Amino acid sequence: MSQIKVLFFASLREQIGTAEIYLSANNLAELFAQIETQLGSEARLALQADNIRIAVNQDLVEHEVALEQGDEVAFLPPVTGG
Amino acid sequence: MQRSVIIQTGDFDAAELVQAMRRQHGAQIGALVTFTGLVREQNLITGDSTAVATLTLEHYPGMTERSIHKIVDEAQSRWDLLNVCVLHRVGTLAPSEQIVFVAVASAHRDTAFAAAEFVMDYLKTNAVFWKREQTEEGTHWVESAETDHQRASQWHNDR
Repeated sequence: MSQIKVLFFASLREQIGTAEIYLSANNLAELFAQIETQLGSEARLALQADNIRIAVNQDLVEHEVALEQGDEVAFLPPVTGG
Repeated sequence: MQRSVIIQTGDFDAAELVQAMRRQHGAQIGALVTFTGLVREQNLITGDSTAVATLTLEHYPGMTERSIHKIVDEAQSRWDLLNVCVLHRVGTLAPSEQIVFVAVASAHRDTAFAAAEFVMDYLKTNAVFWKREQTEEGTHWVESAETDHQRASQWHNDR
């Protein structure tokens, strides 16, 4: 299993109660399973909401991807800059 | 084309940034359009009349810069530009403080006006920042505005 750094930003960080955790997973599906196990089903549902974007190593991903040792996965709520 | 993408906590001097662009290009520049965004006291989008005490901006170091570079890349592919400068502040800001600056230099004003508006519209919807408002009633994360998304998607339809 690959060790993955997982980051939560803004409202998600407050909802989940932490800015980062390390989880073991080889793809996003396994990562979501780990999130459910460690943080609960409410956290998984919040992170799988339609308006939450996922970045792997700072690039947005639209669908399932393979994860490698040391990858950084970030969960981004809708952005409000400018 | 030259560009600067700057994320900082401190304030900025728009005149200084403009002078730096002029020094780089001299008499090539025929048009220089600048936009400065300020922190408003009231959130008019939500219709909330409660005064904003402070606004705190959070970003994702690295990815935020990349998200802005992508917007500038897109502007560069659409218009013939000499220089684009985007500066965005993060941290805690009070009403009336400067929050964002966009400057576009080009040979002609039509491209400079259009590109500056394009960059600003996409900063609203695609740049990785999150705003949290503190009011006397508490704190809340600002929700993304549908009008901003409509403005940004208009550029997509125009293409």
